[in-house]
Amino acid sequence: MRLLTHNMLSSNIKGVTNGFPLKIEAEKVVEKEVDMNTDFLKNIFSKIEWKPFVEAAKTLGFSELPEDADSSLLDSHEFLTKFHHALLEIHLEEGALVCPETERKFPVSKGIPNMLLHEDEV
Amino acid sequence: MAARPELQAPPEIFYDQSEARKYTSSSRIIDIQAKLSERALELLALPDDGVPRLLLDIGCGSGLSGETLSENGHQWIGLDISEAMLDVAVEREVEGDLLLADMGQGLGFRAGVIDGAISISAVQWLCNADKSSHEPRLRLKAFFGSLYRSLARGARAVLQVYPQNVAQRELILGSAMRAGFAGGVVVDYPHSSKSRKEYLVLTCGPPSLNAAVPNAKGEDGMSCSEDDSSGDEENQTVTISDRNRPRKKRKLDKKSKGKDWVLRKKEQLRRKGSSVPADTKYTARKRKSRF
Repeated sequence: MRLLTHNMLSSNIKGVTNGFPLKIEAEKVVEKEVDMNTDFLKNIFSKIEWKPFVEAAKTLGFSELPEDADSSLLDSHEFLTKFHHALLEIHLEEGALVCPETERKFPVSKGIPNMLLHEDEV
Repeated sequence: MAARPELQAPPEIFYDQSEARKYTSSSRIIDIQAKLSERALELLALPDDGVPRLLLDIGCGSGLSGETLSENGHQWIGLDISEAMLDVAVEREVEGDLLLADMGQGLGFRAGVIDGAISISAVQWLCNADKSSHEPRLRLKAFFGSLYRSLARGARAVLQVYPQNVAQRELILGSAMRAGFAGGVVVDYPHSSKSRKEYLVLTCGPPSLNAAVPNAKGEDGMSCSEDDSSGDEENQTVTISDRNRPRKKRKLDKKSKGKDWVLRKKEQLRRKGSSVPADTKYTARKRKSRF
């Protein structure tokens, strides 16, 4: 799972009002190289919640992202490279996502988070 | 025709390892899936500016439909309930991210972040109650409600479905409309039983010009619309009130002149001295209906 997906995911357990961001417990992180597409990065930038994104990247061992970012940074190639790397190239392979309110763990195996809910959580 | 998979077992059990394997080895299935997802992407009508979007593939299975999205340069997140199918997707090294999730439990995404959603032959599974806790209506509601929330304003969702019958189609479409979607069903090749395909084309947000449902494909590749004959539907006024207009008031309230009234009148005339026939059992007798 990439950080792009992590930034979009929220816990939808019944009764949880703010299921975002899910905390990450990382056991294994892999990196896969992908071609960079600046159009996509510029388009998706407005939809990224930056603070949780930086936090998540730190948990996965990438701490070169600036704490604050606004759209003026998008012209800098250096920033875009880092943004691209953190967003699309770092994969959480094994570990867990933790709901911020209920501490419920969603295990991640082979890069696939198991978001299935129990019957009493629907 | 083979029995519908929906009737055989729940999806997470039906799509086991051997069934999942078919989706990588059968060129026929791959071909159909690719065609369906290409058509779905076409119906999604994303702006033609070459910018990759973040799309959702609901019921992505082994990632065949996602491959089409990747080929067109888009980033996608796929979700499926079958672990075996997702394992195949991992083997195939699909480019999108995969989630093991049940769409009937609602999609756990932040609001307004997804640029579009496609789903190939998945949503009809929601019409089945595979566990005692499943209630199709509620599961459809959870699915469409959460889909509506996660889509950006004006974004589209194209869901290719195989409804079992008219009731299922109405159930699915009705749930989508109640969630706030605008749109309708596009039927490709409506006259062919084999290649007939139905797509729910749903638009998020208030109905606008681009909420118009696109034309379906016909047998010869020409566009054909099923409701050509009723194209002017909006301009016609159907007078429903006619059917409910109350009937003419019958004179129910006016009492007929009964036996008492006749006897009273005869008595009056006798007192005046007129010659009046005697009162008998025949006086003011009710006539038979056939008279």
